[in-house]
Amino acid sequence: MSDAPQHFVKSYDQELKRLRNMMIEMGGIVENQMKLASDAILQRDAAAAARTVEEDPKVDALERDIEQFVIRLLALRQPMAVDLRHIVAALKITGDLERIGDYAANVAKRSIVLAQFSLPYSLSGLAHMAQLVQEQLKLIIDALGASDPDKAVEVWRSDLVVDDIYNALFRELITYMMEDPRNITPCTHLLFIAKNLERIGDHATNIAETIYYAVKGEVLADARPKGDTSAFAVIRPKE
Amino acid sequence: MSASATSIPNSRLGNLDEPATGDAARAARIAIRDLNFYYGTNQALRGITLDLPDRQVTGMIGPSGCGKSTLLRVLNRMYDLYPGQRATGEVMMDGENIIDPGIDLNALRARIGMVFQKPTPFPMSIYDNIAFGVKLHEKLSKSEMDDRVEWTLTRAALWTEVKDRLGASAIGLSGGQQQRLCIARTIAVRPEVILLDEPTSALDPISTFKIEELIDELKDDFTIVIVTHNMQQAARCADQVAFFYLGEMVEVAPAGQLFTAPREKRTQDYVTGRFG
Amino acid sequence: MSGHAAASMAMPGPARNLAVSRALGRRRQRVSLLVKGLSVAATVIALLLLASILFTLLWRGGTGLSVAVFTEMTRAPGSNGGLLNAIVGSLIQTALGTLIGTPIGLMVGTYLAEYGRGSPVAGAVRFVADILLSAPSILIGLFIYELVVEPWGGFSAIAGSLALAVIVIPIVVRTTEDMLRLIPATLREAVMALGAPKWKMIVLVCYRAARQGIATGILLAIARVAGETAPLLFTSLGNLNWSVSLTKPMASLPLTIYQYAGSAFDDWVQLAWVGALLITIGVLAINISARLLLRVEK
Repeated sequence: MSDAPQHFVKSYDQELKRLRNMMIEMGGIVENQMKLASDAILQRDAAAAARTVEEDPKVDALERDIEQFVIRLLALRQPMAVDLRHIVAALKITGDLERIGDYAANVAKRSIVLAQFSLPYSLSGLAHMAQLVQEQLKLIIDALGASDPDKAVEVWRSDLVVDDIYNALFRELITYMMEDPRNITPCTHLLFIAKNLERIGDHATNIAETIYYAVKGEVLADARPKGDTSAFAVIRPKE
Repeated sequence: MSASATSIPNSRLGNLDEPATGDAARAARIAIRDLNFYYGTNQALRGITLDLPDRQVTGMIGPSGCGKSTLLRVLNRMYDLYPGQRATGEVMMDGENIIDPGIDLNALRARIGMVFQKPTPFPMSIYDNIAFGVKLHEKLSKSEMDDRVEWTLTRAALWTEVKDRLGASAIGLSGGQQQRLCIARTIAVRPEVILLDEPTSALDPISTFKIEELIDELKDDFTIVIVTHNMQQAARCADQVAFFYLGEMVEVAPAGQLFTAPREKRTQDYVTGRFG
Repeated sequence: MSGHAAASMAMPGPARNLAVSRALGRRRQRVSLLVKGLSVAATVIALLLLASILFTLLWRGGTGLSVAVFTEMTRAPGSNGGLLNAIVGSLIQTALGTLIGTPIGLMVGTYLAEYGRGSPVAGAVRFVADILLSAPSILIGLFIYELVVEPWGGFSAIAGSLALAVIVIPIVVRTTEDMLRLIPATLREAVMALGAPKWKMIVLVCYRAARQGIATGILLAIARVAGETAPLLFTSLGNLNWSVSLTKPMASLPLTIYQYAGSAFDDWVQLAWVGALLITIGVLAINISARLLLRVEK
């Protein structure tokens, strides 16, 4: 989109630019939400948690605006080929971004509950996962702004690592829960938090696939690397 | 994105992975190979190679002067009317090269009909307009001719509107009706191929849609080639679309593919309204 | 315009200085009125001339109109003659001349419009036809004299008809060619696209499309030759007796008028006026019907 020649009708170019800016803005807010949520859990920062939740209405409002804008563009411009792909991609991506924002807000809310517990075990796994997901998010928002399919592919591949960490965390938390019933409440919250982070990673991967198709016109060929095996995990208590 | 769960028979949307034609790879009704065309010393078409699949709609788009109308007029040897215009190469239909000087032009034009941009009703009654072409090539009794006229006008979606005034002058019809009459006149001689040269550019939107619907119905029996400068019309009507630029054919692809993910940059620039 | 060099670089908006345009408008109006006045004056003069001709004709010719004009033949002065043989002779020769000249003119016109576009031969033919169109008709009479009367050894109605035919031909050629050329190329192509051979396209469609124009042309040719005198002078000569034989000299109205008007006899002069009136009415009638023809068929 950036190196293609201009449209004959300049207002069309301006509208496409505006669409992209709206998406970047939304991406920025969501990125921020993720950072705040991460701080909320790992540093028990209640203020951060509160700000994460406050950002959410902005994200929802932007999603509605972008959706309306896309529908108008479709009706009034009859976009074709690359323009069409980008405009429809915008629709899908705002949906994914909105979900990411929701997950981040959920994580923040749970962090408030979690803060009441003192945890005897380390949160390093979770911290690592949160950091990876944040990096994923940053990379994909950059890819969005630059319409860069290579960055998108990078994000797409990196999800495998996030899934691996999630599986490990899953096992770890269940082990803790089996050891001591007092761990069950905090660990369950942690489990949900980990699941939310994993979902954020999945949505980032969705965005990557959408960006790739929009720019290249081809679908990302290989099957999506799905590393989440927690659905099949069976952990028996040590006898 | 694997095979679609809901498939519409003969739909242009078809399977997303396969070429958007109803059946796999239709045979070519007309095969154009390395066609060159000259207006005097000026070369208007360069090395055109294109298949026109049987009983499908092939759309030809491109900016003004790109050669799409010229190509259309090669197919029914219309350029023979004008000295100084000539073509080289092959345009094969049923094993014969249409461009050969030895071809019987009248018989050819009975097999390949053409509808023009401006509706051209003959200065006679509606009935006679239809009968004119038929009488050139067939000997029919009065009742057979009546049947043929009725069949033709019905297929052209005009029968109900004119059945009570077949003797009235064709010039009195509205623009959209006149164009449908011209289409009827063309199919009355039962051709195999119908060439449409910007058939709706002189008509209002409703007439345009009626004719597009007509094209959709006609392609069950006829191979159709439509030249249009209206891209949305090509998108709506054509099964495969060929993009022409400065006398060359840049790209040909199923319509769904050409308008969502064209391979050539020139095609993309044209369909998205960019210069470059 | 307004003196701002910088402003002229940007796209000019609505005009602000109306005083200049108003002054120009007033001047335009004055010129317009002047030209209009001159045109009206010229029209009035022309109409007055026409009216005076018609009036004179009606006055002088009308007073001599009687049944005898149509039933009696031309006789010696003072014996109550009429114009019967002249009228009949005019009708015959005009009809024959038209019958001979029209098909030839039609075919030449068709050739020029359909087959000869751009060819040098066609260009030459067109040029000759244009010259013939405005050739002095007495020359045509002399030409037929050389060609037909001399070898034959005598004047005849045939020769007269031939002379008239030569006048008819270029008129029909010009009209046919013009009307056929008016047919748009798209209509021709539409006919050819159905697989019609060229001659069918011409006969079945082009002629039909151009029929009013061509018919009008023929009518105008008739009107022209009905009043021609000079070509008949040396070809059919005129005949004071009744004769409908084509191989003998034949009377015609214009010739009779010529003979009678210059004579010293009052009744002959009177008949000349009547003859002039008859010709005028006849030509007027043909012109009017030509006009009606154009209007009636859409």
